[in-house]
Amino acid sequence: MPDPNLIGDMIPQDAAAPSAEYPPLRLHVPEPAVRPGGTPDFSNIRIPRAGQVNRPDVDVDAETIRDLAFSVIRVLNRDGEAVGPWAGALSDTELLEGLRHMMTLRAFDARMQMAQRQGKTSFYMQHMGEEAVSCAFRRALNPGDMNFPTYRQAGLLIAGGYSLVEMACQIYSNTHDPLKGRQLPVMYSSREHGFFTISGNLATQYIQAVGWAMASAIKNDTKIAVAWIGDGATAESDFHAALVFASTYRAPVVLNIVNNQWAISTFQGIARGGSGTFAARGLGFGIPALRVDGNDYLAVHAVAKWACERARRNLGPTLIEHVTYRVGAHSTSDDPAGYRPKTESEAWPLGDPVIRLKNHLIVRGAWSEERHKQAEAEILDSVISAQKEAESYGTLHSDQRPSARDMFEGVFADMPPHLRRQRQEAGV
Amino acid sequence: MPRRTMIEAIRDAMDVMMSRDDNVVVFGEDVGYFGGVFRASQGLQAKYGTSRCFDTPISELGIVGIAVGMAAYGLKPCVEIQFADYMYPAYDQIVSEAARLRYRSNGQFTCPLVVRMPTGGGIFGGQTHSQSPEALFTHVCGIKTVVPSNPRDAKGLLISAIEDPDPVIFLEPKRLYNGPFDGHHDRPVTPWSKHDLANVDDGHFAIPLGSAAIRRPGEAVTILAYGTMVHVAETAATEAGIDAEIIDLRSLLPLDLDTIEASVKKTGRCVIVHEATLTSGFGAELCALVQTRCFYHLEAPIARVAGWDTPYPHAQEWDYFPGPARVSRALIETLEA
Repeated sequence: MPDPNLIGDMIPQDAAAPSAEYPPLRLHVPEPAVRPGGTPDFSNIRIPRAGQVNRPDVDVDAETIRDLAFSVIRVLNRDGEAVGPWAGALSDTELLEGLRHMMTLRAFDARMQMAQRQGKTSFYMQHMGEEAVSCAFRRALNPGDMNFPTYRQAGLLIAGGYSLVEMACQIYSNTHDPLKGRQLPVMYSSREHGFFTISGNLATQYIQAVGWAMASAIKNDTKIAVAWIGDGATAESDFHAALVFASTYRAPVVLNIVNNQWAISTFQGIARGGSGTFAARGLGFGIPALRVDGNDYLAVHAVAKWACERARRNLGPTLIEHVTYRVGAHSTSDDPAGYRPKTESEAWPLGDPVIRLKNHLIVRGAWSEERHKQAEAEILDSVISAQKEAESYGTLHSDQRPSARDMFEGVFADMPPHLRRQRQEAGV
Repeated sequence: MPRRTMIEAIRDAMDVMMSRDDNVVVFGEDVGYFGGVFRASQGLQAKYGTSRCFDTPISELGIVGIAVGMAAYGLKPCVEIQFADYMYPAYDQIVSEAARLRYRSNGQFTCPLVVRMPTGGGIFGGQTHSQSPEALFTHVCGIKTVVPSNPRDAKGLLISAIEDPDPVIFLEPKRLYNGPFDGHHDRPVTPWSKHDLANVDDGHFAIPLGSAAIRRPGEAVTILAYGTMVHVAETAATEAGIDAEIIDLRSLLPLDLDTIEASVKKTGRCVIVHEATLTSGFGAELCALVQTRCFYHLEAPIARVAGWDTPYPHAQEWDYFPGPARVSRALIETLEA
């Protein structure tokens, strides 16, 4: 940052002299409250007590629930109890399964992160702290519904019953990679599991989800679409186009924003502008907009259910901002110590989604610390066993990888002559 | 056989496909109720309803973005970008998304989508209503690029494009919508009704993508052209009195290289003509392919006639446009070389 005392010297000679009426203009560049070395401070995030936010009917007029775009819907309180109008939808069995999904995702992340460090793949992205968002949302979906995910919603696959072995094979780009080594690790695709092929270009799929939902409506189908985006990527035009089209055609789509506070090194204030919250973006389009505690499995599920219900009843789109925190690095290619205090994640006021659901299940009498430890060990075993099976089909730099011939397949349905010539030239 | 203008032929192709296949949907800016600024979709909303032919917000990104999602669902969107010059906001959706769904998902998701765009100049449209961006598409793997030059081809190629399992960019030379254009802007406009290629069959017929047409057989020199420039090349060859063989490429990718190769090997000379700017234009690709395939048959350097490397100007439109005089000069120079 330039020395303020020198700014006067930086004004060009031909700049207009400041007048008494109008002082010189100054550019505003938002800054996070704290930088590395400082003390984490989330006092600016207003968090209402669990159970405080009302639950409107699904056919509510968006105008009358504008306050939900500025509050945070929460179900689990500090004592691990489920309280308020958004509580009560899930059974013990369902919650235990949800806990298992989140624990599996966390264990899988840890193993794959390590595999990347061991050179078994080029790249990885973990979900630490955000497990509830995708795992809980998945439970609100029906067979045939389609997610248009980003790279941090693998919980949709795990909670949807997708095979860990196939996930690992994709990450290793090995002979069993369902995508034949064409995609960067974690850019999964499974039509069967309602998981659209991940682009890797940010925000592009938000508008595609709207189109998919419109197609479902055009065909008088019953399926809905779910769009996913991060806080940073809401700055892309694709996001705004998606809101225009979704509201114009009342598309049966749920528009999710996962606000994990950080876009690589850039704090969420850079993308958010002056609107207060990301959810508030929906208000100008007349789209019901809700903020939810993204670290609260029960709250995410309840809000997802509400929004999906609206879509299924042909009431149109809903915008959901999931307020959460990215505990780990953005990917294996950055070190958060370079842009935020090391202890920031511990100061995050919404806690850990796994621990919060675990505590809730203990309060319900459906779970215990011992059983949790045992489950952790069992889950780790199953993840390691899936990893080992995947590694038996090869890892990125092993000899077992998709053939060079595969590289030329699938560009078009039928290979045009010029590609056939190039494949011959490549000798594959 | 009914005679149709190019715009009527395009409308007819969409009508035929909408009636044959419920999954074909048509939308874009002003496309629904009004029928498009060039009237290509006139009457389609009244005939097929608002859920199959509708107006969109002014967002090219949004138009192509929803089309990609619809195509992935299983529809066959045929969308209009009002002018090719407006496609840039949609470019990421075309290049990174439509073109790659099949490849990156290993066939789980595909993108059978057509993006129609009026292209080219000759209507005093200035820099934002005259561009020819075909090379920006042919450089992208995973999409096909088609440029018809007459009503019959426009219908047959558009039907093929809509039936194609992959995304197709369909560039419509807007100067040809209502009549062929010989390149002489100061002469009276000729209507399609006097042209043989305005005889367009009713109903369904398809012209395969990747097949060129020899518009005029000849022995002295091969002219490679597409869109408006096919007609300009015909005028130039006639006026220069040169026995040129004119190949209308019709589809730039896939490209009918066999037809090109056979012709250049026969004539030993080649002139490439396009309206788009010269540098890194599609002519450069053609030039490279021809010299690789036909080097030992060539008796003269391959010539290119193209738009100058400037933005498309307004007042100087006819100084910019590669008209018959420039094409004739290139033909003569190539024959004398």
